[in-house]
Amino acid sequence: MKLSPKTATLLVLVLLIALSPLLFPSGYYYRVGALIFVNAIAVTGIVILTGYAGQISLGHAGFAGIGAYACALAPVHLGLHPGLAMVLGAVISGLMAFLVGRPILRLKGYYLGVATLGFGILISMVLNNERQLTGGPDGMEVPDLGLRGLLKDAGLDLTNGQFWYWFCGIAVIIGAWLALNLFNSPSGRALRALHGSEVAARTVGVDVTRLKLQAFVISAVYASVSGSLLALQNKFITPDVAGFMHSIEMVTMAVLGGVGSVLGAIFGAAVLTLLPQVLTVFAEYEQMVLGLVMMLVMIFLPQGLLPSILRRFRRGDE
Amino acid sequence: MPELLQFLFSGVTVGAVYALVALGFTIIYNASDVVNFAQGEFVMLGGMITVAAYAAGVPLPLAAVIAIVATAAIGVAMNKLAIEPARGAPVVSLIIITIGASIFIRGGTQLLLGKQIHTFPAFSGDAPIRIMGATILPQSLWVIGGAVVVFIGLWLFFTRTLTGRAVLATSNNRLAAQLVGINTRFVMTLSFALSAGIGALAGVLVTPITLTSYDVGLALALKGFAAAMLGGMGNPKGALVGGLLLGLLESMTAGYLSSQYKDAAAFVVILLVLFFMPQGLFGRKSTERV
Amino acid sequence: MSALLTVEGLGISFGGLKAVDEVGFAVRPGEIVSIIGPNGAGKTTLFNMISGVYLPGRGRVTLNGEDVTGMEPHLLAARGLSRTFQNLQIFQSMTVLENVMAGFHLKERGPVLADLFNLPSSRRRAAEAASGAIELLARVGLDKAAGREAGNLSYGALKRLEIARALALSPRILLLDEPAAGCNAVETEEIDHLIAEVARSGVAILLVEHDMKMVMRISNHVVVLDHGQKIAEGDPAKISRDPAVIAAYLGTEAADAEG
Repeated sequence: MKLSPKTATLLVLVLLIALSPLLFPSGYYYRVGALIFVNAIAVTGIVILTGYAGQISLGHAGFAGIGAYACALAPVHLGLHPGLAMVLGAVISGLMAFLVGRPILRLKGYYLGVATLGFGILISMVLNNERQLTGGPDGMEVPDLGLRGLLKDAGLDLTNGQFWYWFCGIAVIIGAWLALNLFNSPSGRALRALHGSEVAARTVGVDVTRLKLQAFVISAVYASVSGSLLALQNKFITPDVAGFMHSIEMVTMAVLGGVGSVLGAIFGAAVLTLLPQVLTVFAEYEQMVLGLVMMLVMIFLPQGLLPSILRRFRRGDE
Repeated sequence: MPELLQFLFSGVTVGAVYALVALGFTIIYNASDVVNFAQGEFVMLGGMITVAAYAAGVPLPLAAVIAIVATAAIGVAMNKLAIEPARGAPVVSLIIITIGASIFIRGGTQLLLGKQIHTFPAFSGDAPIRIMGATILPQSLWVIGGAVVVFIGLWLFFTRTLTGRAVLATSNNRLAAQLVGINTRFVMTLSFALSAGIGALAGVLVTPITLTSYDVGLALALKGFAAAMLGGMGNPKGALVGGLLLGLLESMTAGYLSSQYKDAAAFVVILLVLFFMPQGLFGRKSTERV
Repeated sequence: MSALLTVEGLGISFGGLKAVDEVGFAVRPGEIVSIIGPNGAGKTTLFNMISGVYLPGRGRVTLNGEDVTGMEPHLLAARGLSRTFQNLQIFQSMTVLENVMAGFHLKERGPVLADLFNLPSSRRRAAEAASGAIELLARVGLDKAAGREAGNLSYGALKRLEIARALALSPRILLLDEPAAGCNAVETEEIDHLIAEVARSGVAILLVEHDMKMVMRISNHVVVLDHGQKIAEGDPAKISRDPAVIAAYLGTEAADAEG
């Protein structure tokens, strides 16, 4: 029996997430895993925007910032439960993407890049400068989600690291499921069509403005949820979450792993999240190695790591 | 009135630096259709290498020349090792490659020259010059003068020399340029050398005013990129006007509105320009061929 | 029968040069109208204006009685106008089947949330598009290639794929830009039959084609462009005898021979 690509991808993800802890030498690795998942969620959004629809964003960290600070601010100022604050953040991000996306998405290539970049930088500037509200560059505390306590009362006692590993792991799977659904759906097909040839997509009736906007909003919500989860698990947040470098990280992870597929992009998120952990011994070289990896992969494996590795395997089969 | 003049002076000084960075973007973009996000690192290298050479006992003018030549060499190396092999790659890949190069250069500089903030003496002293109640540093005049010289020099180069015309021809139509026997690889090498050298010069000129450290490049790249977009990508005149406008805008915002949000002003304007004039002030409008 | 598509005084300039100037004609349902003319006569530019890719500088396009001048392509598609491209515009990294399914976009599109959550309504829409696409692929002889990545197909196959995609819209008028270019004699004849068959089903067809034999064989009406202007119009027999047309073609051939 042959599995559909969607089922196969989900199966691989579930197995990896469920079985990896068996290999963890210490509880610390749950923490690293959770961090990979947080990035994986944002990167899945980039797959929809860049991999499916072919649009570039260099400012998606702005949405992660909105999601993160929603979790920090809404509980304090609106008395909202942190979980609901995450939803509020996602709604605000989606609305923001809708408003900004309308004019921005008419642009193409580098122009779109610089417009999204400008948007992201504006968000991070507000977070840095509105000290009374956000604590400025020093950051601010984020209240506890409270779910771990509930689980404990219900008889499931997880360490903080374990809890966030499983919580974010499930979020990754849901995120991947949605993205994979979209891929083969009418909307996903239209997105990929406008990526392939915008003029042809328009002549078959695709309202490209509307579809690009939908992809932009969806990917913004992914970034927002990713930011929220980061804030909630760290219980602390700084404006770096919305910074230019974080935007670049998202795009790099996706493209490095292979932006055309959900699995590839998540693989990229894992590699780039693990890189600094592996390089702690050479902390001084971290930046140089990161820069080098970015250049080498793009030059020699332009399709991204995972597709290139898979092709190597397939060639081995023949 | 002296207040306005004061903001004007600082705006033009910063604007001249942005214009030089934007010019660097423009030269490389024209030769290769690549937007080089490592452009700001060239400015950083210009300042930092001068600092290092000066600290090692080299006289300042010689240190500056060394910095410019070394940076130009790094630009050429970047083209040969990272850009040429990726010819024809999609825009996203090229963005990641040049950002990778920028992170690499930044990391390397941090490793070799440290994280401290550096400077070296201004070329003509630190005594401010008074003009109608406002003051300007002699070094600012160096920056503005340097920018003027570079722009005039390049204009002469592009219009009066055979090599310059070859560069222009390549930017208009690479294939046609190859057909008439122009060595387009050489044109790209030259463009990276020029662009890196100009960036480094900007770094040398501005360091006594703004100081420098390994991590100043990114912000400069973003501003320079914004200035280039504002003026219209690929147009040297646009780079000059865009850079100056951006500098003035920043200093006026800082002076009259909020110094915290001076950077925001730049990006708000960029967004507005892109919304209403997607091709920038002097950009060409392109028609898609189907 | 009244005209489905009417073009009146249509014109556009690029950098001061009049690429198309004062062109007008009409197409009725079931009729095949061909636009011919030497290279650079403005045929594709004319197509681009009619299909909304370019904004016309002057003139009027009327579709089924409605003024659609400069209307966006996706709105024209919803009104029954469909086209193919001279320089192929295939969705390269999608499968052959998906390319044609994209042509069903107007029928299969639905709320994006339904698509994200893979709701039954979304699956049903996709399934309908898929079965429609398979039928069309069979009609152009590409059903065996349905699962292949479109980018791997031969040129002739891609031409037919574009026609299938354009037919997926169930158009009332179909604009075909050199459908037989680069095809061998057998393929040309297949396309020839396909076009005639589509026209018989009541679809109006506007054709740009260099293969004169094909044009003369299947057209009801021919419009000749040269240097952006209409120099002649009429049935194929009349056009083939028209001195201005012969001069335009001979002129370019002579120029080609010299160049």
